[in-house]
Amino acid sequence: MAEALATPLIPADYLDLFDPMREGADLRGRIVAITPQTRDAATVTIQPGRGWRGYEPGQYIRIGIDVNGVRQWRAYSVCDSTGIPGTKDATISITVKAIPDGVVSNHLVHRTQPGCVVMLDQATGEFVLPRTAPEKVLFITAGSGITPVMGMLRSREDLTDVAHVHCAPTAADVIFAKELRGYGENGRTAYIERHDDEHGMLDLADLDRLVPDWRERDTWVCGPTGLLDAAEAHWEAHGLTDRLTVERFRPTIIEPGEGGEITFLSSDVTVEADGATPILDAGENAGVLMPSGCRMGICMGCIVTMRQGAIRDLRTGEITVAEPGDNLSVQTCVNAVAGTCDIEL
Amino acid sequence: MTLAPERSATQDHTVSPTVPHRAGSVRTAAQHSEVNSRLRIEGAEAREFKPKRSGKPNPMGHLTPEQVEEIGRELDALRQEVMDSRGEKDAAYIRKVIKTQRYLEMGSRAVLLFSGVKVKGVKPFWWLGTTGLSIAKILENMEIGHNVMHGQWDWMRDPKIHSTAWEWDNVSPSSQWKHSHNELHHTFTNVLGRDNDLGYGILRVDEDQRWTLFCLGQPIWHVINAAMFEYSIAAYDLELGGYLAKRNRMSEEEKAEFRARAQEVLVKIRQQATKDYVVHPAMAAPFGGAKSTLTANVVANLVRNIWTNTVIICGHFPEGIETFEKTSIEGETRGEWYLRQMLGSGNISGSKFMHIMTGNLSHQVEHHLFPDMPSNRYAEISPRIQELMERYDLKYVTGSLPKQVFSVYKKVVQLSLPNKVEGRRRRDTIKLAAKRAIKRKSLGGRPR
Repeated sequence: MAEALATPLIPADYLDLFDPMREGADLRGRIVAITPQTRDAATVTIQPGRGWRGYEPGQYIRIGIDVNGVRQWRAYSVCDSTGIPGTKDATISITVKAIPDGVVSNHLVHRTQPGCVVMLDQATGEFVLPRTAPEKVLFITAGSGITPVMGMLRSREDLTDVAHVHCAPTAADVIFAKELRGYGENGRTAYIERHDDEHGMLDLADLDRLVPDWRERDTWVCGPTGLLDAAEAHWEAHGLTDRLTVERFRPTIIEPGEGGEITFLSSDVTVEADGATPILDAGENAGVLMPSGCRMGICMGCIVTMRQGAIRDLRTGEITVAEPGDNLSVQTCVNAVAGTCDIEL
Repeated sequence: MTLAPERSATQDHTVSPTVPHRAGSVRTAAQHSEVNSRLRIEGAEAREFKPKRSGKPNPMGHLTPEQVEEIGRELDALRQEVMDSRGEKDAAYIRKVIKTQRYLEMGSRAVLLFSGVKVKGVKPFWWLGTTGLSIAKILENMEIGHNVMHGQWDWMRDPKIHSTAWEWDNVSPSSQWKHSHNELHHTFTNVLGRDNDLGYGILRVDEDQRWTLFCLGQPIWHVINAAMFEYSIAAYDLELGGYLAKRNRMSEEEKAEFRARAQEVLVKIRQQATKDYVVHPAMAAPFGGAKSTLTANVVANLVRNIWTNTVIICGHFPEGIETFEKTSIEGETRGEWYLRQMLGSGNISGSKFMHIMTGNLSHQVEHHLFPDMPSNRYAEISPRIQELMERYDLKYVTGSLPKQVFSVYKKVVQLSLPNKVEGRRRRDTIKLAAKRAIKRKSLGGRPR
């Protein structure tokens, strides 16, 4: 009945006008506060819609925010929450560090105003503590990599023996500085803070000195890719891989290039194409059933989903990059591959 | 009715189902193929102009290939400038229009619940609700539906306001409309024999279209077409005429494909009719407004049909707009394509409200140059397009709505008769055609 009334729209399109946060709606959140943490980091508190199902400390959410009119999705670890999920009082917090040229992070830290509505995904991620707290835990965090661990420290009272090594460029850059140092002082953690400008970058060989019993500890590491790679190598070298969990937000770094490899996922075809050949032509030549239309960029008949990758608009030279999870709609007739791209076809 | 798009005639490497690309991972290097000429600016050549039957001169004959390239470059730069400046304001604009439309529709439908109530002999709620619903339906089809389905708002990456997802309040399913409109009409604009929008296969709106006996009735066809416009569009997008004419020569596969699309149209018609003519009237029944709500919906759809038809016929049919021969677009470059779009379209002047009610199709010239540019930006580039066209001595066709509509109606009447030919009376041409028709038992087909 409701469908028959609303067609060609769906009832939700009308209900969203009145209550976009209702149970059953696409999950949204309203930003209720933005609290600066350092000169380039801020905690964003979000009141999620009633469909919010809660999170495990350490998990992340994807948020979709309109920057300059364009919806951008990014993943951030949840570092705090209040209230019961699914009620009006529930809030979640993420802490964002503005990275140079970061479209979303700069927008969130410096320009977003409370009241802004964002799209959300349910929490996900394997970077979590087991239900029964391990006896001895080691956290190694760097920069904004503290955020998932912050969620764990705040909510898991059952952690009894925690060693925590946290790195930041300078003392002033430490997010949650007061709280982290407080945990060190009151004995909740054995806290070691390292500043790159003072101590140099953390060398994991120093762990023998900083946390002599690190081999006996279940370890969670979150920070820049360099640190994660080093940790994996270090733990592997000591035969302790199963004691280590790392959090990787960006398994692949997409660097636009000229031409490259196009993968058509469901056809299971990979082609090498130059930077002047439209993805449409490359696909057709390789025998992929490509949707097509005007072949000049005006009819949108060739739109397909790009799971990830980089492409260049042949008319304007503009580069479009899709991070994993972005699932962008792209026109294949006027775009060439710029590096690699994965197409859902 | 609609010819196959260019690709099926020229591309020999379309996929054969026997290519074993699913039988395991295939890796190949793409051959470098010749890309669509309309993607390049360079390489415009002085082309031979094949005179048309009417003897009208070549509207771009005075331009050198260098000038054509320069026009292409200039328009590309203008496009880029606007596309780069799209932002928050534009996003807010379309969301506001959508929100306004939805509130207006809901409000009007709520008012119509009481449309049966009589005050001093008139039904004030009927008038109010019907007016609101008509405007809501027009906004939905024009400023929202048409433009969203053109991909004008795809850049926002909002899956709800996206060309791939939008379904409009019209009996033609959006997928079929996008094919015949975005792909065929916008690519082959005003090319005789390629662009069936030129008279929709039932009207002769250009002297260079073939006259047949069928044309004699076109003032009537035109009025029927306008009143039933959404159904005409659905039949047109479905290519119903072509099917009826060619079905005996069609393969089983083609017929099955047609039936699937026809089914899609029937489902859409059923959904639309159920909503407008059954569910909403039924909801008004407890308030004694079932019948009046039904008439309100009929009238609102009729008003929308006539209005959209009126706007659309002003886009390509008024006096001064050019048509093109098939041969003139072979190997067409971007600049030449731009030229054809500018010369093949005409604007309607008017207020901001009128522009919104036409879905900014009153800026038909700008829309045809940049069909994927957000419609709220056409007004600002309009003076620059006019200036460019003036500089190159090209005619920018524009006029008030009454003027343009009158121009089209005049053509519909005049061109219902055959062209004047030296040494033969038109009466005789018609007689001859009638004799032939009796002999062949056919009106000689529809205008092309």
